[in-house]
Amino acid sequence: MQRRTLLQTAAGLALAIPAIHRAKADTPGVTATEIKIGQSQSYSGPVSQYGNIGRTQTAFFKMINEQGGIGGRKINFMSLDDGYQPPKAVEQTRRLVEQEGVAFMFNSLGTATNSAVHRYLNQKKVPQLFVATGADKWSNPTEFPWTMGWQPSYRIEAQIYTKYILDLKPDAKIGIIYQNDDFGKDYVAGARDVLGAKFDSAVKVVSYEATDATIDSQLVTLQGAGIDTLIGGLAPKFAAMAIRKTFDMGWKPLFLMSNVSLSVGAVINPAGPEKAVGVISADFRKDAVDPTWKDDAGMNGWRAFMKQHMPDADISDNNYSYGYATSLTLMHVLKQCGNDLSRENVMRQAANMKDVENPILLPGIRINTSPTNFRPITQMQLQKWNGKSWELFGKVIGATPV
Amino acid sequence: MRINTTLLGWVGVVLAALLAFFCTDYRLFQLTLMVAYAIAILGLNIVTGFNGQISLGHGAFYAIGAYVSAILMDKFDVPYWATLPPSALVCGVVGFLIGLPALRLAGLYLALTTFALAVAIPQLLKHPVLEHWTGGVQGIVISKPTPPFGLPLSEDQWLYLFSLGVGVVIFVLVRNLLRGRIGRAMIAIREQPLAAEAMGIDLATLKTATFATSALVTGLAGSLGAIAIQFVAPDSFTVFLSIFLFVGLVVGGVASIAGAIPGAAFIVFIPNVADQISKAAPSAVYGVLLIALLYVMPTGVAGFLRAVTNRLFAKT
Repeated sequence: MQRRTLLQTAAGLALAIPAIHRAKADTPGVTATEIKIGQSQSYSGPVSQYGNIGRTQTAFFKMINEQGGIGGRKINFMSLDDGYQPPKAVEQTRRLVEQEGVAFMFNSLGTATNSAVHRYLNQKKVPQLFVATGADKWSNPTEFPWTMGWQPSYRIEAQIYTKYILDLKPDAKIGIIYQNDDFGKDYVAGARDVLGAKFDSAVKVVSYEATDATIDSQLVTLQGAGIDTLIGGLAPKFAAMAIRKTFDMGWKPLFLMSNVSLSVGAVINPAGPEKAVGVISADFRKDAVDPTWKDDAGMNGWRAFMKQHMPDADISDNNYSYGYATSLTLMHVLKQCGNDLSRENVMRQAANMKDVENPILLPGIRINTSPTNFRPITQMQLQKWNGKSWELFGKVIGATPV
Repeated sequence: MRINTTLLGWVGVVLAALLAFFCTDYRLFQLTLMVAYAIAILGLNIVTGFNGQISLGHGAFYAIGAYVSAILMDKFDVPYWATLPPSALVCGVVGFLIGLPALRLAGLYLALTTFALAVAIPQLLKHPVLEHWTGGVQGIVISKPTPPFGLPLSEDQWLYLFSLGVGVVIFVLVRNLLRGRIGRAMIAIREQPLAAEAMGIDLATLKTATFATSALVTGLAGSLGAIAIQFVAPDSFTVFLSIFLFVGLVVGGVASIAGAIPGAAFIVFIPNVADQISKAAPSAVYGVLLIALLYVMPTGVAGFLRAVTNRLFAKT
């Protein structure tokens, strides 16, 4: 009898071993007690202020581990410095994938740095989740099924502006001024998405180079063409110039300005806060210093987290809330994965988020993905500069499916 | 007893080649980058170390070499190895043209001119006239070379051996150049330009030619770097690259051929060490490590090793 049990056990084990073995091979970076997650981040170099995103995420996952981890597993978050250099990003990503054996990459920062490993990660079938960049090219599930963005792209932002314009005055004479690079061109693409065949007759487009000293002549051209509505795909320095110049020319178009140029310190104040009155922009998250959210439950949750886990941080920096919001999105995906943390399932669940709420996002904005939609956030709300601060108005506006 | 440095060098090459069979693909990738940076530093050393003209803009030549290779591979389907000669040629010509002002600008003024070049290059690469070729901000993605003749090697093993081979050829050629008549003339210009001229050295020609050679070597390094990274973009070649190359030069040892190797190791590995020590301020840690190293080895790693061996063998 005993022998029989032994045999049965042995047989059972023999059957089970290949199964365990196979399960192991299918889930790199995952053990019974741990899941390894990688990131390439700018802790040094020209944009090192973004390092605060990685610091927040590190603190967040530490907190999760102190609370027992996720599904009994601790999160081993390995965030390495690439100094915003693409070659270094390749090196760090390869180290994370090949040496450390992470399950996937999460929220690595930068367009060029992520571009450098875009093909590598897709060839290796390692999820490149929620990349921290505003470019539109990350949502391409047919060609790059292992890559997904997170925030709304510049293109979506421009779609939202164009929709608003069409609602407000359908016969607007629209002018677009954009920086002649990927960032600026996304604004033209977004307006074209909404206007379609009407684009060429309804819109006058002018561009400038990032190296230009001024954009005065472009603005004069637009004014001369009788433009009454202006979309600006403008980097901060040029946004400040545009605000000041339109005001000084006595030209008062409806001015919709890129979200990257929201900064009061870098754009509005240099242009003159009184000259910017009426300028419109869009956002998708609650600004950390906006008094509207001082009693907001979601923001209070974030503030409590900051107070306990990053007490020395200057919380007026929106990178902290960004790191918190992206971490929560990842936690949602991991919970949805259950016990199957294979790379395939992580990607499948990331592409299967339905109306997920997030305390940092503006009310009404929800995260949605599907196997054909790799753009988690596609909604924004407009806001107007009132001379002292940005004031949200209207409803949340969604992107145009393309 | 004298150390036979030539023999030592070849032993080093054999050991380096053997590493291809003992390291992981990731380590080999790092070593491939190290080979590329070593060649780049060697190029910089020709003009700064041996000829005494300070260049803070060699990242620009590295970038041009990288782009020439990437564009040839991407737009014209040229095999990776065949992109090296055109890349060397283009960088040599550009180096020659940039080198012309080197006749008029001495010392710090040349340093600033080359620095300006390094600052300008990322923006030039994005310029609309060139954008069709350079891919603008997006850059160019290139494919990884596969081992030829069905050799049983991984892509990284092959690429490492290939880069190492190119590196050895360049190091030998540069060594022969610098140890010969021309090399002595270069050093003479560095030490005493007036005396050099009095001895019949044509300062103008030689200084320009030195600059061109230096740019050529660094450009080749850029090509190898681009092939290893499989991606070029303006953000890969910011002014920091030129500074890092200069740091590598000083750390390795100014006017030392072999010093380029520890210099390259510093560029590749020390930022990772700094990152491991502190996420809060990796740049500060990097700075401290750099200062500490220069304090311990004021003449660079090469100078330090020379001093140590001299002392050891002087006793016996």
